[in-house]
Amino acid sequence: MAFLEVARLSKQFGGLKAVNDVSFAVEKGLVKAVIGPNGAGKTTLFNLISCALAPTSGRVRFNGNELRGKKPHQVAELGLGRTFQNIEMFAGMTALENVMVGRHIRSRSGFFASMLRMPWTRPEERQIRRKSMELLDLLGVADYADVDACSLAFGQQRAVEFARSLAMEPKLLLLDEPAAGLNIYETAEVGRLITKIRDLGITVLLVEHDMSLVMDISDEIVVLSFGETIAEGLPNEIRNDPEVIKVYLGE
Amino acid sequence: MIMKRLLFPIALIVILVGVQLVCRWTGTLYYLTQMTMSAYYSLVVIGLCVVMGYAGQISLGHAGFFAIGGYLAAALTTRNLLAFQNTFLVKALGSAGLLASGQDIYGANTLVVTPWAACISAVVIAALIAFLIGIPVLKLKGHYLAMATLGFGIIIYRLVLASTYFGGADGISGVSSFQLLPGLTVSGESSARVQNYYIAWGLVCTGMFLLGNLINSRVGRALRAIHGSEKAAESIGVDIARYKLYSFVLSAVFAAVAGVFLTHYNGSIGPSEASVMKSIRYVAIVAVGGMSHLWGALFMSVILNFLSLRGVFGTYDDAVFGAILILIMLFAPEGILKINLGAKFRAVFSRREE
Repeated sequence: MAFLEVARLSKQFGGLKAVNDVSFAVEKGLVKAVIGPNGAGKTTLFNLISCALAPTSGRVRFNGNELRGKKPHQVAELGLGRTFQNIEMFAGMTALENVMVGRHIRSRSGFFASMLRMPWTRPEERQIRRKSMELLDLLGVADYADVDACSLAFGQQRAVEFARSLAMEPKLLLLDEPAAGLNIYETAEVGRLITKIRDLGITVLLVEHDMSLVMDISDEIVVLSFGETIAEGLPNEIRNDPEVIKVYLGE
Repeated sequence: MIMKRLLFPIALIVILVGVQLVCRWTGTLYYLTQMTMSAYYSLVVIGLCVVMGYAGQISLGHAGFFAIGGYLAAALTTRNLLAFQNTFLVKALGSAGLLASGQDIYGANTLVVTPWAACISAVVIAALIAFLIGIPVLKLKGHYLAMATLGFGIIIYRLVLASTYFGGADGISGVSSFQLLPGLTVSGESSARVQNYYIAWGLVCTGMFLLGNLINSRVGRALRAIHGSEKAAESIGVDIARYKLYSFVLSAVFAAVAGVFLTHYNGSIGPSEASVMKSIRYVAIVAVGGMSHLWGALFMSVILNFLSLRGVFGTYDDAVFGAILILIMLFAPEGILKINLGAKFRAVFSRREE
């Protein structure tokens, strides 16, 4: 069985079929890209997989778990992380604190232990801080650890967001347009980051518009158009697929 | 880093002792009464600060939780159970040592719940109500949450106003003092003034210690993350419904404890404590203090409550707090300690603090 299995997934908003009968699978350890023109239903698809939205029909299985009816935080605990198209930084927190929140599911201190600063919370706190610093360092933004995350440049925020989702030690990471709003240098940097993430043994599913980035880093590609799958395959096959060319370039 | 963490607590303790000594030397110990009452109101404010400033959830019903604490403590310790002394429940309470016999001012025998038992049950009931109200209400956001909590506050206000058990418009008076430990009694007698000043502020210091630890912990970060982006917080594994609920219940417990203690201190409680204006006052103070600034909230709470209790705002009391809320929202949504003018202000005050 595949690591992530999307089976006949549909989501209808009133009369609009945002995602229509989409099926595909992601194998462990690969980088898979979902591409498609604007409005193809890519972000909706991500919201369905991460259970931020409930599907109208169909199902998602992740690492042997049925995700139907689960809440987003439960999905996160299963090891499924995600980033957002318009970077959702935690406003009013530093870059380091943002990443430290990412350690949430890997730590345990509750309300009472935290209020009383129980002895066992301190090593945990130190471990959270150390691990988070390491990740900021890995993503090359350690210098900005104590800066308010929202005042960072877009590219740096993206790196902090990556660090934050890596802090939860995910098995699968959904990246929603990681290069959106970035210039070509930053986009190239993001490409290197994604390769780094895969090298950490994390499976990646990403939505992206930037074709050169997608062709560079993906092992497999799924193409959506108007909520439906129109092609699936290796980057080379997709590049030469007449249907895909038609959707992207017109006839 | 450690110095910075200890700066505010040490400054607070120095100021508290300083105020007491200055009052003693200048023969103005009566100020301590308002300082004590301000302390109890501040307990509500710092609890609300965690919910509003850190978790980002508004509550316009916190006077309700204060009133639940205060009214239950008052009713349980004053309502005579002598008429029910043969019922199973009263017998059971009596044999558990939770009842005390005494005499009222007319010399008639009374049988009432002991202050400790009343305090614990008042706080537990307030927490339980917060929990039950919180589950549905905290699913709402923004204006809707404000309206729902406002509705809760109004219900509590009308309930105490309408019920004879809670004394209607007169409230409950003649509430006994509350002996915490031998030699340590919450009471409004002027001979116990200094002691009560330190009891009240000891409670606030404990509250600040607990909440200060909380906001700088894993849980505190999760709460702030919810404030920053619910979407991102839940995608990272924060159970946002549970964290909102727990912080709401925690703040209700703070409010209820304040209600219990202030009621024993004043010897009475009236329906104005449950009024919507009281809730708005707490919200206004948290806002003036800078929302996500526990020390700012405490600082502003002491100043504003003290002035209000000294009658400085006269009959415009409620209007002043309403105006403060509007002005803060318009000109300094980050709180007055964070605007530039405030920086000078703060510089002046911090010199005095150290």
